[in-house]
Amino acid sequence: MTEKVLMKGNEAFAEAAIRGGARFYFGYPITPQSEIPEYLSRELPRRGGTFLQAESELGAVNMAYGAAAAGGDVFLSSSSPGIALMQEGMSFLCSSEVPVVILNVSRGGPGIGGIQPGQADYFQATRGGGNGDYKLIVFAPASVQEAIDLIYEAVPLANAWQNPVFILADGILGQMMEPVRLPEPRPFLEEKDIRAKKPWALTGYGGDDSGRRIVKSLRMQPDELEAHVEKLFRKYERAQKELCRYESVGIEDADIVFVAFGTVSRIARESIDLLAAQGIKAGLIRPISLWPFPYAAFDALGKKTKLVISAELSMGQLIEDVKLGVNGRYPVALIHRTGGMLPTSVEVADKARQLYQDIIKG
Amino acid sequence: MKPVFTYTKGMTAVDTSYCPGCTHGIAHRLIAETLEEMGKLGDAIGVAPIGCAVQAHKFMNVEMCESAHGRAPAVASGIKRVHPDKLVFTYQGDGDLASIGMGEIVHAAARGEKICTFFINNCIYGMTSGQMAPTTLIGQKTTTSQEGRTREQAGMPIKMSELLSNLDCAVYIERVALNSPANIRAAKKAVRRAFEVQEKKLGFAFVELLSTCPTNWGVTPQDAMKWLGDKMIPYYPLGVFRNPEEVRA
Repeated sequence: MTEKVLMKGNEAFAEAAIRGGARFYFGYPITPQSEIPEYLSRELPRRGGTFLQAESELGAVNMAYGAAAAGGDVFLSSSSPGIALMQEGMSFLCSSEVPVVILNVSRGGPGIGGIQPGQADYFQATRGGGNGDYKLIVFAPASVQEAIDLIYEAVPLANAWQNPVFILADGILGQMMEPVRLPEPRPFLEEKDIRAKKPWALTGYGGDDSGRRIVKSLRMQPDELEAHVEKLFRKYERAQKELCRYESVGIEDADIVFVAFGTVSRIARESIDLLAAQGIKAGLIRPISLWPFPYAAFDALGKKTKLVISAELSMGQLIEDVKLGVNGRYPVALIHRTGGMLPTSVEVADKARQLYQDIIKG
Repeated sequence: MKPVFTYTKGMTAVDTSYCPGCTHGIAHRLIAETLEEMGKLGDAIGVAPIGCAVQAHKFMNVEMCESAHGRAPAVASGIKRVHPDKLVFTYQGDGDLASIGMGEIVHAAARGEKICTFFINNCIYGMTSGQMAPTTLIGQKTTTSQEGRTREQAGMPIKMSELLSNLDCAVYIERVALNSPANIRAAKKAVRRAFEVQEKKLGFAFVELLSTCPTNWGVTPQDAMKWLGDKMIPYYPLGVFRNPEEVRA
């Protein structure tokens, strides 16, 4: 492990991608993540990688698909409206089982929305904003350090699962500075490594006898397409068993259990302290994997719990998974801000106490 | 005895899915034969479009991937960055390239991507069965211009070779036609020059191949060849628009 350094989130994400082994980056400027292409335009060529500014997010995601289909380890980043444009590519990447690491430094929507942080891309990330049956593997960091660790891990993880790994950060994480430790750089893959490690990748069949490779998405015969989608979903079923991640804090004997990811989980932690001072015991479930969602985390809730609260920066998207996890065992309520507004910890604690007292009173 | 005809190793033994009289088969074969003659079949990576040629990888004996509609030049740009010494090409129709993919083709050309694009212009959408394309000629009847395309309603057909010729890094641009043995021989030379431009890393190379679609034009294969010559070539003149010194014969 290296020395602790103070880094801005976006630059740290970019550095983590390089150190994770992502040799290729394709991007298009959009606030609040433009420091990422800026940083990589400078750093990647210095270290033997490739930075290419695309003409649009459509261009970027398709360049990423091409480079990854050719066996390159690829990092792609954007923010909400840009990620919306990339959905065609995400569906295509999943369908053709081409691994790419994608980061959304998300902002408020819908439409162009605003440039302040948001979490209203939750459905887009976890339900799929593109067409057809597919799943992204989605992780949501709550600190710059955790984002570094997840991006670093996402490069081999995407390769292992032959599926895009999607990191859903928010504009606060991108713009804030935190002390972090950067992981040791992995070497970039050379062509011989691609042939050895990614036998499915397009390298040209000259010089080896492994046969001609095709990377494809079209399946005109419905039985063939059905069989392919079922194969993808066997993979996703395995992912649900192996990739669920969450953190829980004091939930066993909690009166109130917050569920929150990313920046909001940090606000909720402060609210837990504020509530404790008022004699209310609150806990937290923080999903780290948003897909697969850690539904099993809710099985640890005890008899004392009166209320589960989904706290989020959207009009209520995470809450749908919270309800699936709770499965009718506890009342579920929503505390939220949207449009780029953030609740304070006092605001969250006050609303939670109010909701809790309403339930106690019956 | 010397054989007078052999199959190229550049094509697979699979029957193509193209209609009788369609020139996709000829275009495929010109690319495949050229790569075979250059000894590059194993060092080429192609990108198929959306359109009738989406399954070009079944027929051309090179490694290929499919791409979303119009995005082939972006996909090829990505492939080329990973394998700068491979011959990377896109094969795209006029709906794919000149309509939905206009952004991708213009910017790939502007960047001087060291790839080749083979542009099949047959003035119509083939796979979706005969809608008006950006290249559809004035007066041409299609399923979305049933009385014939008008300038007032749909503007003028886009001349892609001329349009891309304004970009400095699009170093080789030629328009050829697949309607006669002489033109087909000339087309093959253009395909060869395009790959040579890429091999020499000179910049972006573009060959527009005027092609037929008898099924959606509603004519016989013979009449399609005639229509290409009589109607298309006057609007889309054949010739070399950009040609770097390094590959001039």
